[in-house]
Amino acid sequence: MEIRKKYFADERNDDLKEIGQSRQRSDALGHVKGITPFYADRAIPGLLHIRMVRSPHHHARILGIDASRAERHPGVRRVITARDVPHNVYTVLSLINIGPEDEPVLAFDKVRWQGEPIVCIVADSERAAYEAAQLVQIAYEELPAVFDVEEALKPGAPLVNEYHGQNYYRYDSGESRKVILGDVEKGFAEADFILEQRYQASPIEQAPTETTGCVVVPDQNNRFTCYTGTQAVFFTLDNSSVILQVPGQQLHFVGGTAGGGFGGKVDCTTEPIAILASMLTGRPVSYIYNRYEEMQISSPRAAERIYLKDGVMKDGRIVARQVRCYVDSGAYSRHTPYGTQKAAAHFPGPYTIPNVRIDCYCVYTNRTPSSAMRGFGVTIGDFALEVQMDKLARLIGMDPLEFRFVNAYRDGDMKAHHQPTEGAALIECMQEAAEWADWPVDPRCMAMSSREPRRQP
Amino acid sequence: MAKIPLHFILNGEERAEFVDSGATLLRLLRDKTGDLTAKSGCLQGTCGTCTVLVDGAPRLSCITLAEDCDGADVETVAGLAAHGQLHPLQHAVMEHFAAQCGFCTPGMLMAAKALFLTNPRPSREDVVEALSGNICRCTGYEPIIQAVLSAAQVMSASGPGAA
Amino acid sequence: MGLSYRRFEKVSAATSFLTEEAGACVVGGGTLLVRRVNEGDAAVTTYVRVCDPEMKRIDEADGRIRLGALVTMAQLLGHPGLQWLAPAARIVGGPAIRSAATVGGNLFAASPYGDFGVALLALGAVVTVHGAVGVEEWPLAEFFARRDSLPAGLIVTSVAFTRPEAGTFRFVKASRVKPKGAAIVSIAAVIARDAGRVGAARIAFGAMAGTPIRASSFERALIGEQLITATLDRLEPHVTEGTTPPSDAIASAWYRQAVLPVHLRRLLLPEIDG
Ligand SMILES: Cc1cc2nc3c(=O)[nH]c(=O)nc-3n(C[C@H](O)[C@H](O)[C@H](O)COP(=O)(O)OP(=O)(O)OC[C@H]3O[C@@H](n4cnc5c(N)ncnc54)[C@H](O)[C@@H]3O)c2cc1C
Ligand code: FES
Ligand code: FES
Repeated sequence: MEIRKKYFADERNDDLKEIGQSRQRSDALGHVKGITPFYADRAIPGLLHIRMVRSPHHHARILGIDASRAERHPGVRRVITARDVPHNVYTVLSLINIGPEDEPVLAFDKVRWQGEPIVCIVADSERAAYEAAQLVQIAYEELPAVFDVEEALKPGAPLVNEYHGQNYYRYDSGESRKVILGDVEKGFAEADFILEQRYQASPIEQAPTETTGCVVVPDQNNRFTCYTGTQAVFFTLDNSSVILQVPGQQLHFVGGTAGGGFGGKVDCTTEPIAILASMLTGRPVSYIYNRYEEMQISSPRAAERIYLKDGVMKDGRIVARQVRCYVDSGAYSRHTPYGTQKAAAHFPGPYTIPNVRIDCYCVYTNRTPSSAMRGFGVTIGDFALEVQMDKLARLIGMDPLEFRFVNAYRDGDMKAHHQPTEGAALIECMQEAAEWADWPVDPRCMAMSSREPRRQP
Repeated sequence: MAKIPLHFILNGEERAEFVDSGATLLRLLRDKTGDLTAKSGCLQGTCGTCTVLVDGAPRLSCITLAEDCDGADVETVAGLAAHGQLHPLQHAVMEHFAAQCGFCTPGMLMAAKALFLTNPRPSREDVVEALSGNICRCTGYEPIIQAVLSAAQVMSASGPGAA
Repeated sequence: MGLSYRRFEKVSAATSFLTEEAGACVVGGGTLLVRRVNEGDAAVTTYVRVCDPEMKRIDEADGRIRLGALVTMAQLLGHPGLQWLAPAARIVGGPAIRSAATVGGNLFAASPYGDFGVALLALGAVVTVHGAVGVEEWPLAEFFARRDSLPAGLIVTSVAFTRPEAGTFRFVKASRVKPKGAAIVSIAAVIARDAGRVGAARIAFGAMAGTPIRASSFERALIGEQLITATLDRLEPHVTEGTTPPSDAIASAWYRQAVLPVHLRRLLLPEIDG
């Protein structure tokens, strides 16, 4: 590793002791000996196992649930339905006063996505739980489903989630998160060229090697220890305490060791149910997603569809950028209203553009609820923006890197969010990258600085 | 479920355990012997986190039946560090930052050990092939490949029989 | 219900047990069967292990090669006399899959798996099956045609084929992940030449239908032709005839049909396209 010191030399003290040094990971020895304790790595006698009965339909009314045969199946200790969950509301973002309480922990009146949990089987073995799960009979009335973000917003589309009353999350700014600077229509009128393009990405699964799950052990004094792979220990503890309606001190969470997470282990889907199962049986309980559940049930990064419309001048300046971004939340909110807000905050990219209009919609469809994943709300937008930048450069016959130099934001530039830019370093990064990649750019670009204002044309 | 007695060798030690008939080797190891080093990442044979050696061959313990291992010689990562000394592979994984979350590491180590048993001086291509049944979602593989190549070098420098 | 494991020394005893117990399944390497059970398929109630040593043997006599059904891919790779067959054994899964995966089990693998069966089909293999009615030999193509409605209790004990002339067996598998990955398509061919022209041809495709299939129309058209680019250009319409490839996570049916002629050409004309 090497730190390039020629940039911003007058701003640095060069007193860094750790940055730039190679240091062994603190957990490396445990890893190579195979003794790092992941949540399932405890020998617990008498452990019970959970399997979930899930909706085979994308959208349906539940007419009746008959679990009596499952209850009588050998090895089954307990069958849990919505009725048994003290506060049957899935609460992730309500803890930070964002989220709507729009999702049940176990479905009871309706299912809104294929895979939604309905009945939880707690049994002596995985095998007994799988067998019993197949004995649960649920009567459904299938409902029309919607899978496309733009279809979902059309009048007459099936209503996915009654809590919202419409198929989008209503922000205080209305049907979308908005960012407005200047006047895009005026900008388009002035532009030499206009380019409008559509970009989209499918849901992306984090796919950690260790699947989502937890193991709960009842302690003395009605306390429960939850060994979990969550990336959000305290958040999950708080959520569990709300769902189970027990004070937090009754719950002891042991976590911090995840076999890969990538943002996919923040949804607290297994812990509340596993603790409840342990409370109801008085036994240690494990709830571990199988690989199918990890891929199909755990929340992915949201699918997005993005329309970018740019007005550009022959000299390379982008004078207007309009963004319409539809983020597929799936059937419930989870972290996606927040992810959509992040998307709005991230557009129009690290460029100075005088006229900007951004609308980001958090849309409900009958797909698996989406949630967090490294840079959710940002990475797909970046893909769209940077592909668009290349296309714009090609359109006006400019080198794609020089095109970015022309538009890179600099200290003092007004950002679309009405905040002046501070501490910009994009120009310097691109200068360094151009040298490393041996990508020749105009000397004019190599002489630029983030600290000098742009020359007005 | 019937309980079946099994005799086998685990990391050089004789063991006898009762298993549920039809159980996998992974369950035998994790639930009965207390050796938790083999991980359960998929139970489908696709991820390799449960890789162990059975009679010197790499096997996915999640899809290997315990009753087929009666009398077998089973090796896991728990047996890798002989007499408290880390195996060169373990050293190399630490040095090359080849373990991030560490969940794939035991399987990777056993897959690499299996390679060394038949091919002590592997080429890069041999290493890639040997690890091709093991998934790592963190490192991007390159550090692991480098670690295995460097361990092979260390081991062949210290003479035959080092594995 | 529950799960259990039963061991039988004799094939006939295993056959009668399998006929009586609906949830019983023969296990080879278990790479497909145990996986199915792990994923919650409660229909399987008993693993049946047949311990007949014959089923683990590789024999060759009078140019006829016999592979026991329990021979593993790793065993094939280690066999000095079968190195020419290694390309087809080496691409089945990773090393740990190959030390378990058996020849017999591969014949039951649903597309896109079943690569080794593709090789056997091109080799004109015959399958020996033990069933309630006794021992029979079936051409592999017939076995595949009947595979999904086999009578209960049927056990494959071996496959046999004539050793092809040196250099006439070719195999390729196209996958999205290398070196290990499920097939977009796999192709095996045994092509004998007669005075510079194709004398006889057996070509089989994997992942182009529910089971491995022969490229019958293309094979017929190829007889008497020179193996050159112009021939393959002309015969291309025959290549996909009769194929009904699956659409799955690996590739769509459309894509499989589109790339099949490309991979076939590379296999048949390695000098030009390889
Ligand atoms: C990660 C992974 C990667 C894989 N990659 C490939 C690949 O690249 N190419 C490929 O072809 N396959 C692949 N497979 C599939 C599989 O491993 C192989 O097809 C293998 O050869 C199957 O053999 P087995 O002995 O493991 O079968 P088993 O799982 O033991 O059995 C499979 C089925 O065949 C039946 N059966 C087995 N033997 C007999 C017999 N003698 N008589 C009657 N019935 C029998 C069983 O009852 C069962 O229904 C892969 C599997 C996994 C998990
Ligand atoms: S757990 Fe065995 S291969 Fe994934
Ligand atoms: S280090 Fe995390 S999966 Fe390999």
